[in-house]
Amino acid sequence: MTSIEAQVLQPYKYGFVTDIESDEVPPGLNEDVIRLISAKKGEPAFMLEWRLKAYRQWVTMREPTWANVKYPPIDYQSIVYYAAPKQAKPKDSLAQVDPKLLETFEKLGIPLAEQKRLAGVAVDAVFDSVSVATTFKETLAQQGIIFGSFSEAVREHPELVERWLGSVVPYNDNYFAALNSAVFSDGSFAYIPKGVRCPLELSTYFRINAAASGQFERTLIIADEGSYVSYLEGCSAPMRDANQLHAAVVELVALDDAQIKYSTVQNWYPGDEQGRGGIYNFVTKRGKCAGRNAKISWTQVETGSAITWKYPGCILQGDNSVGEFYSVAVTNHRQQADTGTKMIHLGKNTRSTIVSKGISAGQGQNTYRGLVKILKGATGARNYSQCDSMLIGEKCGAHTFPYIDVRNSTAIMEHEASTSKIGEDQIFYCRQRGLSAEDATSMIVNGFCKEVFRELPMEFAVEAQRLLGISLEGSVG
Amino acid sequence: MSATGEKGAGAAPLLEIAGLHASVEGREILRGIDLVVHAGEVHAIMGPNGSGKSTLAQVLAGHPAYSVTAGTVRFQGRDLLAMAPEERAREGLFLAFQYPVAIRGITNAYFLRAALNAVRKHRGQPELDPLEFMDLLAAKLKAIESDDSLTNRPVNDGFSGGEKKRNEILQMAVLEPRLAVLDETDSGLDIDALRTVAGAVDRLRRPDNATVVVTHYQRILNYITPDAVHVLTEGRIVLSGGKELALELEARGYDWVRAEAAL
Repeated sequence: MTSIEAQVLQPYKYGFVTDIESDEVPPGLNEDVIRLISAKKGEPAFMLEWRLKAYRQWVTMREPTWANVKYPPIDYQSIVYYAAPKQAKPKDSLAQVDPKLLETFEKLGIPLAEQKRLAGVAVDAVFDSVSVATTFKETLAQQGIIFGSFSEAVREHPELVERWLGSVVPYNDNYFAALNSAVFSDGSFAYIPKGVRCPLELSTYFRINAAASGQFERTLIIADEGSYVSYLEGCSAPMRDANQLHAAVVELVALDDAQIKYSTVQNWYPGDEQGRGGIYNFVTKRGKCAGRNAKISWTQVETGSAITWKYPGCILQGDNSVGEFYSVAVTNHRQQADTGTKMIHLGKNTRSTIVSKGISAGQGQNTYRGLVKILKGATGARNYSQCDSMLIGEKCGAHTFPYIDVRNSTAIMEHEASTSKIGEDQIFYCRQRGLSAEDATSMIVNGFCKEVFRELPMEFAVEAQRLLGISLEGSVG
Repeated sequence: MSATGEKGAGAAPLLEIAGLHASVEGREILRGIDLVVHAGEVHAIMGPNGSGKSTLAQVLAGHPAYSVTAGTVRFQGRDLLAMAPEERAREGLFLAFQYPVAIRGITNAYFLRAALNAVRKHRGQPELDPLEFMDLLAAKLKAIESDDSLTNRPVNDGFSGGEKKRNEILQMAVLEPRLAVLDETDSGLDIDALRTVAGAVDRLRRPDNATVVVTHYQRILNYITPDAVHVLTEGRIVLSGGKELALELEARGYDWVRAEAAL
């Protein structure tokens, strides 16, 4: 056995279960379940109508099979579509939140209590199907910023929700987006008013706890003219032998001169070495640069999930708008990832940048799938794409599917791709200089991911580097 | 036949190789190497292609692809073969690679500081912060008469052949090894680059360190005068002598050594 194949696995650190009584609907999906979810949340009629429309569409759709991932059929009738910790009714203060929940988030490194809050970061904490707490709400409200759970936004700002919900990802966009539209239970909502630069990082932490439930959250962020917001998303789940479905939708809207920076560190339970358990992460994320000079930037570090299926994209509608996608995706053991981006250029002089770093170890399979589409009216559009793959060991795989569709001859497209391997020789070179094999691996991988990590906000960059180390532990020795 | 240099005779040797056999993928490459190196000495290992010169260098550094099947190696009195590669490095063994490896996205300065701190930690010395390290690096660059054009570029990434070799010597200067093994550091260098690199190695010589120069050609020895020259063929040292042996090899080739060894 070579030293690259040696070493043991560091257990998933976030795999604990919170023992809390849960209010669940029975497994399975039909119109009654959707009515029940909507009623539990006390939603206005337009929401229920929208959900039912999505459901009726969904039953006519088929699960997509084009992704480069393999998994047994999902039984959608065995999933619990709504699970909420009991007593977590609308909470006016943290004192009313179950201490077990506060403790859970504390253990995950997300303290919600006033005195321990993360400096400079406002957090919305989502536990199974509901938001349990949002910090710094009042501070943000002073500047007219709305930030909190989606359910709350539906109750308190129905006009904003009705106007923008589904405006970027329509209810019939794809199979998983339709399912989400029918059953989504909570998520985060943010609105940044005209000309306001959001003074805090906004952040949502998603936690799946209940055993048989799926998580279907929905996030909607609207940056009004000339505003700026940086948003962070983190997530984790207990270790369980059965697979769990996570089908989220994120919609971003940036109006004239607005900027949204959306960063994700995805750390859902990846399953064990044999590929038992883990989250199916089937997510639709899309941003629309609706106005001139708008900018949307996606940065993602994907280390968790048994299967990842996600393509955060940008619709560059406003002239001179900018879309960016920076991604690090890691697959170790039996993990599979099919991820990339879609950049749709509609406006003039629109620009997009794609930097994708795929790392495969163990028997992991990593696929980059990207679409760059330049439409007829997009005169002067530019795209730069860079897709790099790194292989660690002999049994993993890297695949790249870049699709390019150009309908305007003034477009300038650049594409670079590379595949490299961490070999014995690279590790040996570092060890000969006195570094341990672990430090060598982490240095090589971090060097490989540098262009993406430097896009992350400071707190996240540190977390991402650490996570990457843990995810790859056991792959090199 | 003695494989011992002269200067250090009497003192405990820095490196002591006895009856070393090593193989790669089941093929035996080294078939009984004996070599003793004392502090303050420079030894040249010469030999035709495929004689096992580079294998000897890799085995000393502990490359996992090679397995030692017999023999012993003592380094500063300790069993070198029992140590992991990083431990050998921290104990003061340095290998200048024939083909240095690139590491994208990591600057030379960052890499060197990490390496130096790993070594310092092992020696019980305090680790250097980036500012302290930059001072040390500036001094080392001066000592080997090099500019700082390499320090902020990613490790060996996109380097020319000459830059890679210069970079190896810079690392050697920073890490201050007790024993440096230069594996064909002269290969692929033009005459100016050779003079720069070899001159730097010569300036790093001290009474308490030693250098083993593995080379096919004599020319690097014009700049680094060896105390002993050994000829390696078919995995054995078949002839040892002083620096004049290198000149004789240059003039006559290796065939006569092989012929004599066979007698």
